[in-house]
Amino acid sequence: MDPHPDLTPEVIRGLGWLYLLLAAMNALWTWREVKRHVSAGSIAGWAVFTTLLFLVGVAHVTGGAEPEQFLIRMPEWFKSRVDQLAKPTTYFTGSLLLFVAVIWLREWLVKPTVAWVLLNLAVLFMCLSLTDYDFRQIVGKPDNVPIVSMLFIVGFFTWLYFRRAVDNDQRIAAGRPLFEQEDNDKILVWPDLVYTEMICMIALTAILVVWGVVLQAPLEDPASAVRTPNPSKAPWYFLGLQEMLVYYDPWMAGVVLPSIILVGLMALPYIDFNKKGNGYYTFNERKFSIITFLFGFIPLWIGLIILGTFLRGPNWNFFGIYEFWDVHKLENLNNVNLSELVWVDTLKQPLPVASAGASEWQKILAILLRESVGLVLVAVYLFVLPPLMAMTIFRRFFVRMGFLRYMVFANLVLFMACLPIKMVLRWAFRLKYIVAIPEWFFNI
Amino acid sequence: MSIGEYIRDSQIWKSIFRHPAPYDRRNRVVVMLTNFFLHLHPVSVKKQGIALSYTWCMGGITFFLFLVETVTGVLLMFYYRPTLEWAYNDILALRDVTTLGIMREIHRWAAHAMVITVWLHMYRVFLTGSYKPPREFNWVVGVLLLVLTLLLSFTGYLLPWDQLAIWAITVGSNMARATPFLGHEGPGAQILNLGGFDLITNASDARFILLGGRFVGENTLNRFYILHCVAIPLVVAGLIAIHFWRVRKDGGISQPL
Ligand code: HEM
Repeated sequence: MDPHPDLTPEVIRGLGWLYLLLAAMNALWTWREVKRHVSAGSIAGWAVFTTLLFLVGVAHVTGGAEPEQFLIRMPEWFKSRVDQLAKPTTYFTGSLLLFVAVIWLREWLVKPTVAWVLLNLAVLFMCLSLTDYDFRQIVGKPDNVPIVSMLFIVGFFTWLYFRRAVDNDQRIAAGRPLFEQEDNDKILVWPDLVYTEMICMIALTAILVVWGVVLQAPLEDPASAVRTPNPSKAPWYFLGLQEMLVYYDPWMAGVVLPSIILVGLMALPYIDFNKKGNGYYTFNERKFSIITFLFGFIPLWIGLIILGTFLRGPNWNFFGIYEFWDVHKLENLNNVNLSELVWVDTLKQPLPVASAGASEWQKILAILLRESVGLVLVAVYLFVLPPLMAMTIFRRFFVRMGFLRYMVFANLVLFMACLPIKMVLRWAFRLKYIVAIPEWFFNI
Repeated sequence: MSIGEYIRDSQIWKSIFRHPAPYDRRNRVVVMLTNFFLHLHPVSVKKQGIALSYTWCMGGITFFLFLVETVTGVLLMFYYRPTLEWAYNDILALRDVTTLGIMREIHRWAAHAMVITVWLHMYRVFLTGSYKPPREFNWVVGVLLLVLTLLLSFTGYLLPWDQLAIWAITVGSNMARATPFLGHEGPGAQILNLGGFDLITNASDARFILLGGRFVGENTLNRFYILHCVAIPLVVAGLIAIHFWRVRKDGGISQPL
């Protein structure tokens, strides 16, 4: 069977409505530009763009054309290029670069026109991609629809944050009052807040009902303990954790690291000693905490959920967004342990093992000897780095925080860093475990 | 006298609402103080504190979604039986034949939405620095609510008893097997033995307690059902009460000093 059936008339019509929605949004935008009296050239540009979108939308909705002959679609060369480039490495580096770029270019990005162009590009990219069968299979799954919208929503709120933060930072620099301090009288909760809440509830109810009518909740075949689906995925909000399983064993990825995330979140207010930035948006006044939290939330949490949901297919292999989820795709999995790299590759001798009739203690010693380099590295990471950092990069923090607070903080940062570190080690050296003691289920 | 005035003047109405209509300033204050639901709120607030672009309304939306889940969930409970024999068929019937079967759709989509909004609420609270003194403890309560929201969603995921459900729960709960000391494949579990007799086996470890068995089966369905419909919602409701109380006691929604 052809794994890539083409467009159907229903899909084309659905896409048409998306284009029309985008056209309507751009019509409003053009109207805004007219009201703001921007240059005639730019108004004309937006008007032409809106008209084009409208025509494309109408052509889709009324389209009597054969789906095979349909012209507006993602070009094949682009799709194959994207799929070739798609690897965990490129994905993660890409999301890191994006993260750095957003922070770097924040003053430019918060301009409404820039954001609007980016939004247009994102929606157009979605529309064009939806002409691809394999893309539709994954993105169109009912349970995945909320995740796609989450992408847009998180993007929007991050933008909103930077907009208010950049504004406040400029006010602070110029010695003007904060945005939150202007026009901030006390007002009565009835009617102002109560009515907002009521409108909000009505709107949400409407959204939920429409969503429920349009999109049916998924129900697959009855449960069967013998037929394992491939891939077997945890619920979407835990897919970041499932992705960590690629790099760490379940006791780390499924138990220790999630616990650390929670402990870290709860400890946060007691670690952050910076009194500034309480009750208003700012970036410059709390750079370190904002960057750390954003890094954990955007590339590591949301980013890995997206990766786990859309890019991990059968056997948890990595697939490009336009790639067919082929169960037989082979991936080279020749990862090696640090102990093998040290003993076999470097020292050119076999891994140490206890001789046949050895006592319990001799066996334990042999294991410890085998893994000695990894164990030392881990010990250095956890016990030597914190004091070292206290004397160097985190000196200021150590002085302000005191010993206990600083130790908690340093360990949390180290645990947060251990995921990217292991990723890089895996990609650079095919490293499987730093410490590999399967005898005790103790692999790091 | 108009009908509206007639109703407002009746003994029944006055017995329920103990104040005149909130048309003037005095009565807008009184309504907030005398109405049980409204007294969650203060009488007056800072204008920027309730601005949508400040709070994103995400805490409120999360709470509303929790209420939606409660109502639709109770309706679903009238219909759904958590047994191997009926669970799947009941969901099937909700989809195909039951009037108001859309309750299941709303329940599921609102659950997804609640996970997203609770994250966004945390995101906003972080970005406005609202976890800083004096609100540290309310942030901790919030983190507990976040965990419980995820667990609510996770336990509910199993109930349709289809392939999606049991395998997602299998993948998720397999981790418990590797809990240090408490899982039979976790580091340190081997140390816990008495005279050569292992204390932590696949019939006594953390995963077994969670699932009520060695694999996801009828006991798991029962356990998850009770966790999902009774135990966790009760705790969440209690914590939300504390959370809201603390928002008020910590000085209302944070604003610059
Ligand atoms: C079921 C989950 C939750 C519900 C229903 C809830 C509800 C609310 C509501 C209605 C507010 C008032 C202000 C607003 O709407 O933004 C609030 C404030 C607050 N929430 Fe939550 N919340 C939840 C989870 C969380 C989480 C996960 C956190 C943090 C980890 C958190 C921390 C806080 C803090 C610190 C405040 C005070 C904010 C301020 O004064 O600006 N809450 N919450």
